[in-house]
Amino acid sequence: MTVLAELKNLTKNYGNRTVLDDVTLQIEEGEILGLLGPNGSGKTTLLKILAFLEKPESGEVKFQGETVTEKNAEHMRLRSAMVFQRTLLFSNSVYYNVAYGLRMRKLSQNAIKEEVKKALRLVKLEGFEKRSAKKLSGGEQQRVALARALILKTRLLLLDEPTANLDPKNVQIIEEVIGTINRELKTTIVMATHNMFQAKTLPQRIALINDGKITEIGAPAEIFGKLSKNLAIFAAVENTFTGTSKATDAGTTIVDIGNGVQIEATAQRQGATSIFVNPQDIILSKRAVASSARNVFKGKIIEIFDLGTLVKLKVDIGKPFMVQITKRSFNDMALNLNAEVFIAFKASSVQVV
Amino acid sequence: MNPILDGIQKAIQLIFSGDPTFYGVVYRSLLFSGVATTLAALWGTPIAMLIGLREFRGKALIKSIFNTLIGIPTVALGLILYLVFSRAGPLGPLGLLYTPGAIMLGEAVLVTPLIISIMTNAIEAVDPEMMNLARTLGASESQTSIAILKEAMNGVILGNIAGFNRAVAELGVALLVGGGILGTTDVLTTDISLYTQRGDLGFAIAFSIILLLIVFSINLTIIIARNPKILAIFGRSPQ
Repeated sequence: MTVLAELKNLTKNYGNRTVLDDVTLQIEEGEILGLLGPNGSGKTTLLKILAFLEKPESGEVKFQGETVTEKNAEHMRLRSAMVFQRTLLFSNSVYYNVAYGLRMRKLSQNAIKEEVKKALRLVKLEGFEKRSAKKLSGGEQQRVALARALILKTRLLLLDEPTANLDPKNVQIIEEVIGTINRELKTTIVMATHNMFQAKTLPQRIALINDGKITEIGAPAEIFGKLSKNLAIFAAVENTFTGTSKATDAGTTIVDIGNGVQIEATAQRQGATSIFVNPQDIILSKRAVASSARNVFKGKIIEIFDLGTLVKLKVDIGKPFMVQITKRSFNDMALNLNAEVFIAFKASSVQVV
Repeated sequence: MNPILDGIQKAIQLIFSGDPTFYGVVYRSLLFSGVATTLAALWGTPIAMLIGLREFRGKALIKSIFNTLIGIPTVALGLILYLVFSRAGPLGPLGLLYTPGAIMLGEAVLVTPLIISIMTNAIEAVDPEMMNLARTLGASESQTSIAILKEAMNGVILGNIAGFNRAVAELGVALLVGGGILGTTDVLTTDISLYTQRGDLGFAIAFSIILLLIVFSINLTIIIARNPKILAIFGRSPQ
């Protein structure tokens, strides 16, 4: 495996705060590396350093064997591209945005036109050239930002939470694009996420980062397979809880996650356990419904997130659970803050770490 | 007849007469102030970018100084420039005093702090992460600065319009360094002053009407540009 980029004993401070603490990391050519960690763990800074946008206090950054210095950073940046967590767009057309990097590289007008068309097709935004970039929906804007980076066909692509706060349709499109360019263009990708499900499926390797340090690195199966306290720290990851497991006579496991909440899971475990439940697997109702679901809890809606066609609700059943329903259901059920609701999910929906 | 009513009648006649002397004055006002604003924008834009794009010690102080200079009384600046342009002054040899050049240069100096202040604010209002965006897409440092300037373009334009407004409406600088010489260096403001003192109300009122029209339409444009919703009362949708 060739090493494309390397960080050696890298430390980065913002004022008094150490954001990256003696980080050593190798990025292998052609891989998708997932960076999994809570907010404030240093993911974004790590990506910015790999994008040669930030200079470390100490340590070395190497790219394709060359050390990155202040002098050659501008030149090196032509070989990597970063897509930021917050969608940043130029106040101009979609075409202007997507073409920007190619204009900087002085491609001919005709060539740019062709490439923009292809890039927009890839992110399923054909025909959007003349639209005003800032007037698009959140998902469309993020796809424009992605196309704008992909079109440059850089060796390294850095994605900071590429699908955060997007609805499933956009998430799927973006995840497909990421997979495609890695397979077909062999682009090396480092993506930061706090979405456990994304971290499981896209990357070939995952690095766990917390408090500016990389605590573990390995294949997803490895990382998720073994019991790991590190994963449980992710309060930001939805519906992740730590608890104690006890087997039942029926062959299932009861996991006590605290505050009197006992979750039944089909997976077999004993002792300290981490579990998570996909918000999409949880059913919400206003009355207790008799069903085959083993996990039924009464709770109160404590937060509402409007995502356009979908709504995410934080329901407190003793522990906070995120539930995802369609906007239509949300309206039909006339839900609001503090409403009393029931959540239900099957024992088989409980993913055990 | 009442001299005021008489004056108003004469003014209306003048405005619609197409009189070349009259319109020569309007032309000079627009020309001198237009050139002055352009000059101020030319040297003010790089300064605004230097201040707006970076953090440095003394930044707040420099911004305060420019802010303070915005309010300089035009006649005081006029006097300072007069002393500079006069034969005894440092720029005396250029022979600028009482020429159109002096007015253009003088008004440029007058509106520079205003243009710089507005532009600097507009540049600072642009999300600083846009610089990282430009850089990661391959822009050099100068290309990055231009990208930010483009994002701040609304503020840049507004700054220039405000500068022009200030230049066209001022009296002190034009009078003291230009002299208000009829046919050469007289502008709307100097003539309003001159004709009023002479008791020639017709001309004074006519020039005032034009000047007010210019200034109010500029101000209205700025207000609408800042808040397009105002147009909604006409049933138009704001853009």
